[in-house]
Amino acid sequence: MKPSQHAGDTVSTAIQLVLYGAIALIAAIAASYGHDLAYQVNAVIVVIAAGLAFIWTMRRAPAGTGAPESGYMDDVIRAGVIATTFWGVVGFLAGTYIAFDLAFPALNLELPWTSFGRLRPLHTSAVIFAFGGNALICTSFYVVQRTSAARLWGGNLAWFVFWGYQLVIVLAATGYVFGATQAREYAEPTWYVDIWLTIVWVAYLAVFVGTLVKRREPHIYVANWFFLSFIITIAMLHVVNNLAIPVSILGSQSYSAFAGVQDALVQWWYGHNAVGFFLTAGFLGMMYYFVPKQAERPVYSYKLSIIHFWALIFLYIWAGPHHLHYTALPDWAQVLGMVFSVMLWMPSWGGMINGLMTLQGAWDKLRTDPIIRMMVVSVAFYGMSTFEGPMMSIRAVNSLSHYTDWTIGHVHSGALGWNGMVTFGALYFLVPRLWGTKRLYSLTLVSWHFWLATIGIVLYAASMWVTGIMEGLMWREVDQLGFLVNSFADTVAAKLPMYIVRGTGGVLYLTGALIMVYNLWQTTRGRIRGSEDATVGAVQAA
Amino acid sequence: MDTYTLLREFADSWMLLSMVVIFVGIALYTFRPGSRRLHEDIANIPLRNDTLPGDAARTAPCAEAGEKETRHG
Repeated sequence: MKPSQHAGDTVSTAIQLVLYGAIALIAAIAASYGHDLAYQVNAVIVVIAAGLAFIWTMRRAPAGTGAPESGYMDDVIRAGVIATTFWGVVGFLAGTYIAFDLAFPALNLELPWTSFGRLRPLHTSAVIFAFGGNALICTSFYVVQRTSAARLWGGNLAWFVFWGYQLVIVLAATGYVFGATQAREYAEPTWYVDIWLTIVWVAYLAVFVGTLVKRREPHIYVANWFFLSFIITIAMLHVVNNLAIPVSILGSQSYSAFAGVQDALVQWWYGHNAVGFFLTAGFLGMMYYFVPKQAERPVYSYKLSIIHFWALIFLYIWAGPHHLHYTALPDWAQVLGMVFSVMLWMPSWGGMINGLMTLQGAWDKLRTDPIIRMMVVSVAFYGMSTFEGPMMSIRAVNSLSHYTDWTIGHVHSGALGWNGMVTFGALYFLVPRLWGTKRLYSLTLVSWHFWLATIGIVLYAASMWVTGIMEGLMWREVDQLGFLVNSFADTVAAKLPMYIVRGTGGVLYLTGALIMVYNLWQTTRGRIRGSEDATVGAVQAA
Repeated sequence: MDTYTLLREFADSWMLLSMVVIFVGIALYTFRPGSRRLHEDIANIPLRNDTLPGDAARTAPCAEAGEKETRHG
């Protein structure tokens, strides 16, 4: 190493140490002067995070920083795989718990911190942003390197994205439990967490685009288009939806920059596009890479994937108003949201067909390969929920389904079926390759996971259809004099059996995920289950 | 005319027209003659580069492209 380079490293290490120290000091002051408990807890977490970063930077030998970088940058992806698995279990557990909380209210433990209102955003953020977000970040890093034939751009910036994102998750989760929320659907984290996420997200965009720029393949593979549109659109949605004025710099409370129906429309413009670009476009990026990889054949039609991409981009952004049917939103906007939602059905099914038909000529793999089975079921659920969604966005249907559990069932058939299953498939694909082992520990356990998860989703979705349509009909039932027949409490009592079925579905889904954790953990240790043929499902380690 | 009406009328006339034209243009461009071989090549990207091609491979894409030429031709 040249002396000048060494001096430069020392200076940059010194700057980092000063920065971490300053952050820890400011956060410590904020913790002692903070106006509310959640803010103080979050500030203490920042002190701890900055302190750990300080110690890590100090202990790191400066000579080690000059090690040559070779091959793809996979260590950050391994960390992402572990984080995805961990947050997945946390999120499923929280969801299963609050599912039973709705059936047996004593489970709220009479404590403010474990009430449904605080654990519900904990569940949604854990599964969408912690599980789904980590899955998207680590798979996008994996895919963009392989399809660009280039190492991740920016060196340790990818590690900043990883740890910065974990900090967002921990701050958000502790904030909810201690009572801080912005009360915006899927955007509950408070103003300072929003600002931090913006910084992390810009770094994520830089790493991704930087890698694309230095690619050796002349063309950008379609999976990267989906990932890039997800990163850019989420940045735009996040910034606009979270425009707010904090009450104090020392408190978590803030007020939205918008009011009334404009605020409602901004929230659902964000909310629906979070589904459209986070849970759909990003995960389609995963589908367009991992399904062809696992099937060992190129995607069915590349032209169709281009049309799929642009149709989603042009249509999705208009669909948000379907969450505000029969409200103060102007009629034309409601109809616009409905029409664009119905049109979305076509590109969605185009994409589903593209994913499924990739198996053309290799359908036998469905019988022999439980991982491809998981991916195919995932794509099938993508098709099912993208048919159900447009149907529910039709105003006449929505007048029955809105505010009922049917909506929750719809969300979960998409989230558990499509997002969950494609992520599990990707994890099973990634772990043997990232840890350089011969194959998965057990394919039988993958089958167990597959069936437990599938049956769990069926129980969930079916019970929510029944209870959703039932309560929708009960709410609108009137006698011959025009009086409502049922009180709200009548519908709550009628739903109890279906709530228990739903919770049972959650238990099955969670059990499947725990089996996956065991399977992946054994895989990282290079073990193969004794009773299985070691040559079946062997992978070529990357 | 207030801003709301102005934006509203622009949105459902010129803006709508331009977006439809751009989208249809993209779709037609995708099906342009001669795009098949290019798309086949791109679709196969995931099936190569499992390990990072070394510096020696930097000159290889030409040879690789030539090889494909003969395979598809």
